[in-house]
Amino acid sequence: MRMHDAAEALSLVRPRPAGDADNLQTADVKGLVFQAGGRRLIDGVDLTINPGPITMIMGPNGAGKSLLLRLLHGLLTPTSGSVSWNGEKAGDGTRKRQAMVFQKPVLLRRSVAANVDFVLKLKNGRNRTERIERRNALLHSVGLSDHAKQPARLLSGGEQQRLALIRALASEPGVLFLDEPTASLDPASVLMIENAVSEAHLKGVKIIFITHDIGQVKRLGDEVVFMAKGRVTEQTSVPAFVSAPRSKEADAYLNGRLVI
Amino acid sequence: MQDFAEAFRLAFGLVGSADPDLIEIVVLSLRVSFTALLISCAIGLTLGAFLAIARFPGRGALLVLVNALMGLPPVVVGLFVYMMLSRAGPLGVMQLLYTPTAMIIAQTILITPIIAALSRQVIEDLNGEYADFFRSVSVPMADRLWALLWDARFSLLTVALAGFGRAVAEVGAVMIVGGNIDHLTRVMTTAIALETSKGDLALALALGIILLGIALAVNAAVMGLKTQAVRHAYA
Amino acid sequence: MKMKRIFPLALAAALAGGLTLALSLPAQADDTSIILQSTTSTANSGLYDHLLPKFSEKTGITVNVVAVGTGQAIKNAQNGDGDVLLVHAKPAEERFVADGFGVKRFDVMYNDFIIVGPASDPAGIAGKSDVATALKAIAESQAVFTSRGDDSGTHKKEKALWTAAGVDPSEASGTWYRETGSGMGATLNAAVGMDAYALTDRGTWIAFKNKGDFKIVVEGDEALFNQYGVILVNPEKHAHVKAEEGQAFIDWILSAEGQQAIAEYKLDGQQLFFPNAGKEGS
Repeated sequence: MRMHDAAEALSLVRPRPAGDADNLQTADVKGLVFQAGGRRLIDGVDLTINPGPITMIMGPNGAGKSLLLRLLHGLLTPTSGSVSWNGEKAGDGTRKRQAMVFQKPVLLRRSVAANVDFVLKLKNGRNRTERIERRNALLHSVGLSDHAKQPARLLSGGEQQRLALIRALASEPGVLFLDEPTASLDPASVLMIENAVSEAHLKGVKIIFITHDIGQVKRLGDEVVFMAKGRVTEQTSVPAFVSAPRSKEADAYLNGRLVI
Repeated sequence: MQDFAEAFRLAFGLVGSADPDLIEIVVLSLRVSFTALLISCAIGLTLGAFLAIARFPGRGALLVLVNALMGLPPVVVGLFVYMMLSRAGPLGVMQLLYTPTAMIIAQTILITPIIAALSRQVIEDLNGEYADFFRSVSVPMADRLWALLWDARFSLLTVALAGFGRAVAEVGAVMIVGGNIDHLTRVMTTAIALETSKGDLALALALGIILLGIALAVNAAVMGLKTQAVRHAYA
Repeated sequence: MKMKRIFPLALAAALAGGLTLALSLPAQADDTSIILQSTTSTANSGLYDHLLPKFSEKTGITVNVVAVGTGQAIKNAQNGDGDVLLVHAKPAEERFVADGFGVKRFDVMYNDFIIVGPASDPAGIAGKSDVATALKAIAESQAVFTSRGDDSGTHKKEKALWTAAGVDPSEASGTWYRETGSGMGATLNAAVGMDAYALTDRGTWIAFKNKGDFKIVVEGDEALFNQYGVILVNPEKHAHVKAEEGQAFIDWILSAEGQQAIAEYKLDGQQLFFPNAGKEGS
């Protein structure tokens, strides 16, 4: 991957200072419960997410990571408790300044370029020339320039996820959520995605990233939020988490033991 | 049955000699049914897409109604349109009875529910895939509708074909509101009904064979376009 | 990639083509045309194909024929969906005029009804000229008989003939007496299919192509006389009626020229309709 191309392309993301209140990058989660089918899938979460660090969410399957992400993004409504961004309740209003990359990429049945154009047209009133320039730069940043005219659904898994990522970045979000974007991808795609995420972070985008890959946490993360059974068991810096996790669930998870 | 052999001989003879009366009724059949299809698509696709993604009280009942209307008997539609357009009816002053326009109205009423119900299913399936993305990016309703219609366009072609097939093949409605007037409102199906009533079964069947040929040609053209497009631009 | 560009083009072309077609359709029949509400029996015989070009050539007026059963033709005309009515059910026509829907009724022509049946002739009525006797024989032998059952002129005539013969076939409906509820041609098709007797006008029968082994079994009785009348729909009831053009058609068909044209029309060498204008009806 051409790192310097990526940097060049992503420089088109408007730089913004970390912690910009206009971008609603501070989340306050209070007594959050989400119940479905009679089960408390999110079972009382209190959490503060600060604008600066790249936040990695870890935890065993079924811990409620994806649900928490959707609640933060305002795609789901809590059963009780609240999620707010700089005091504004998570929902239609806050979501407009956020973007999300789903575990299984949701791509439109169109060309690669048209997928990016869809968001560019929707989010900013740029003129056509500027839009094409920006789209081409985004495609270039993750090595998709040669695929621009191909149907998005005919890309490989890694290429699809790269496309989903730059399409999310096209909306110039203040907060970017990623739900296990690199699960079962080839190493080259993982690298390109991690680079693009880092670059976005450098430009001031708040990153909240779910992963199972401790190596990825070490490469990318600043802090870890660890979840088990619908609760947050700890929130610590990456070096502290890796050397000595405080909760027994995290300890078991890191040592490869089954957490039941 | 020698009627069958005779029917094929007549059918080829009519087509081969480019019989002017035949061409007239074929062209009118296609005009009426294609126009009805265009109007039905404008209404039915919008309604189908709306029903696919909107959630409101009474939606379930509306879906049942639209699905049930797919089974509207053409004769009932014809009768309804006759009563509306008749001089004694509420729209009588428009002088539309016994014109191709009346036939288009009847066929539009007949196939709009088919377009709406089938496109609703197609679009709802696609929306199931797209919904998370649309919500995440806060896509406005109008843009959602248009994106779904556009991305489902090849599946919707099949829906349109189903509507066209129903329109071009029905006889009950156009007979009543068109009147089967020679050189004015006579179409393939009413001509077939007329020849049958004259006992000229071979000629009636020959016209049926030609109608089937037209339906086959339209379907083959659309399916060919669709296959090519899917192979090249769509997965 | 080429197909991607072709699709929108094809779609645009189809839309444009469709719109052009839609706009090019006449919204309604032109002003120099009238609608003639008439019966399947006259239309199916081919009489109008012979008469109307002569009239149009002379006057420039196009006559659009809607061919339905007499009952429906009268109903349509009452609704104002026609300018001229040409049917064959005198009592109903007289009521139409008496109720103010029609201006005046004129006799135009007649043909006659016949009873047709299979060569095997199960009721043994072939060659009879007395229709009442023949119908009684059919009822007694319970030979299958198909009726129009559609309130048409022919159906009204048939019911009158049964009454005259002292038989009420409605009790046998569904057994040997079968009401098709459809036009003359469809009823003849059904009769041929079931080896059943049927009452038909002679014109339809001669023009009918699906005769099988069927023959005329009863003809010539005066009771089988079938009078056609023509009526202008009353412009006082329906102001849009094209009275001038409609009256021109009536004047022409009652004129020597029109009457001669009717007499000239032959199918398989046989004259189908006999002009008898001049006797004014009610």
